[in-house]
Amino acid sequence: MKGVRHYPGFLALAVGCLVILYAPLAVVAAYSFNDSASITQWGGFSWRWYVDVFTGPEAERFGAAAWNSLTIAVLAATASTAIAVAAAVAMVRGGQFRGRTATYALINLPLMVPEIVTAVAALIFFTMVGITTGYLTILIAHITFCIPFAFLPIAARLSGIEEVYEQAARDLYATRAQAFWLILLPLMMPGVISGYLLAFIISLDDFIITNFVKGAGMETLPTAIFGSVKQGIKPNIMAISTMMLAVSVLFVTLSYIANRIGQKTRT
Amino acid sequence: MSTAIDVQNVIKKYGQSTALQGVSLAIADNEFFTLLGPSGCGKTTLLRCIAGFEDVTAGEIHLFGQNIASLEPNLRPVNTVFQQYALFPHMTVLENVAFGLRMKRVPPEARRARAGKMLEMVHLSSFADRLPAQLSGGQQQRVALARALAPEPKVLLLDEPLSALDLKLRQAMRVELKQLQEDTGITFIFVTHDQEEALTMSDRIAVMSQGRVQQIGAAREIYEAPVNRFVADFIGETNLLEVQVERVLDGIAQVILPGGHRLTCPAAMMAAGPASGAGRHHLSIRPERLRLTPSGPLVAEVERIVYLGTDLHLLARLQDKTAVTVRIQNNTREGLPAPGTWVTLTPEDGAARLLAD
Repeated sequence: MKGVRHYPGFLALAVGCLVILYAPLAVVAAYSFNDSASITQWGGFSWRWYVDVFTGPEAERFGAAAWNSLTIAVLAATASTAIAVAAAVAMVRGGQFRGRTATYALINLPLMVPEIVTAVAALIFFTMVGITTGYLTILIAHITFCIPFAFLPIAARLSGIEEVYEQAARDLYATRAQAFWLILLPLMMPGVISGYLLAFIISLDDFIITNFVKGAGMETLPTAIFGSVKQGIKPNIMAISTMMLAVSVLFVTLSYIANRIGQKTRT
Repeated sequence: MSTAIDVQNVIKKYGQSTALQGVSLAIADNEFFTLLGPSGCGKTTLLRCIAGFEDVTAGEIHLFGQNIASLEPNLRPVNTVFQQYALFPHMTVLENVAFGLRMKRVPPEARRARAGKMLEMVHLSSFADRLPAQLSGGQQQRVALARALAPEPKVLLLDEPLSALDLKLRQAMRVELKQLQEDTGITFIFVTHDQEEALTMSDRIAVMSQGRVQQIGAAREIYEAPVNRFVADFIGETNLLEVQVERVLDGIAQVILPGGHRLTCPAAMMAAGPASGAGRHHLSIRPERLRLTPSGPLVAEVERIVYLGTDLHLLARLQDKTAVTVRIQNNTREGLPAPGTWVTLTPEDGAARLLAD
């Protein structure tokens, strides 16, 4: 069989897709090193906008927003990963229970529901139950929509682990809890790490839901960037965006590597 | 000799299908006991019921007098060697072997010593710090054995442990397993579909089929005195001839062979009674116990002769088209009938046996 490379027009199509997807990112990354204050004219290489991000007039605002983003991402990823591990064990090891398919759909629903709908619903919910919007509401919202992202790699990993390992542990006098903590969880770890990193990056990048439930005066990095862009795009935004891009790429790569290591250790 | 495992009327159902249809058997302490049968016969299910990985639907399993049928697997003093070994891939060989002792809260020093001794026993002392993935299949097999024996179980369960090994290793491991069982004095319950494995190692064998025990006995007993068609056919090779039974009295049957000759032979006794008197039933004659003779009760046309090295197989057909195989030692260089010729065959004394269906 001929490889996909031999189909007519493959090269043109591939290049076209790559350009459309990545040219804007490349432009942003390149212009973040632009010495000029213009966002369209190249004025030579410089780190000045990176320096500006940390020391300029907006440094304090961005610093606070970055801190919020980071702590929310860590907490949301931790909580959603813990929930996802429990859900994955129940779904993969729980046997055939009533409503299994429905549960599966429910866990993954946030992937399908338009974000704007989740955002509006979350805002209405928080208002109805009377929680003041702020750090806490962002965190709760992030935990919920991060669960499916953490769940998928964890469940995939778990379904690749044969039950015989837990049985061997039980056979060798381990209680259910010991079999989970000493055998199953270590074997699941590559999936857990992968799920955690994915949840982390999803939380870090989220804008729409965060913007709805953040309340007044509360900013995360994406909402802070959006707020700043409304007054016109300055090159320091490009510098921040480039740094976020770098963090995202790093985490997605780590998640991928964690999965690959997992496949190698699979027996 | 005391009874190690006493299985009483165990029934196991999965929804509509029944895997075990009332199995009862008693296994003596110190015995090498084999559950033998084709896949799907329920042998592994029975083993898993004893280990505690499956609940029994009905019946009791006694371990030295204590009913363990409803205990969690970690509360049963039996250990299992799994078909896929199931060594914990993230632990070293030594940690694997010491795992059971660790769960039993044996102090670290003592369990290291004991695990080290177990590794010595299976000749793997120098591999203690390796990970299972760095070991060959045969070595993993030994680690699995050491791990299961380390906590000194009262009974060791082995679920087709040799099936993943190649032939030479499998044959060596048979001897080693038997030796290990004799040295440790632990009761072994060994599950296999390989009759050669069963015949060479076991003190006693339970032949299973369709969720029932068909026959329990020593290797020689089930080979030479099978109780029914299934056992005769499953263990070794045999010729099954449909015969007309005239009468059965005190375990001796008088039958009419295909071709009209009469024959008197032992009849298998079933729990229900003798092979139900008159009617059409099957006679079993092992190929090595049929002789080419100048005259005899069976007449057959030779179809082909198959060369097997130490033996020859003479494939022939009786007048009623029943295929028969005669095993001839490869030491006669002359007198072999050519295909197409008619020969007469005589079963050795006591070689023919009337079977229950």
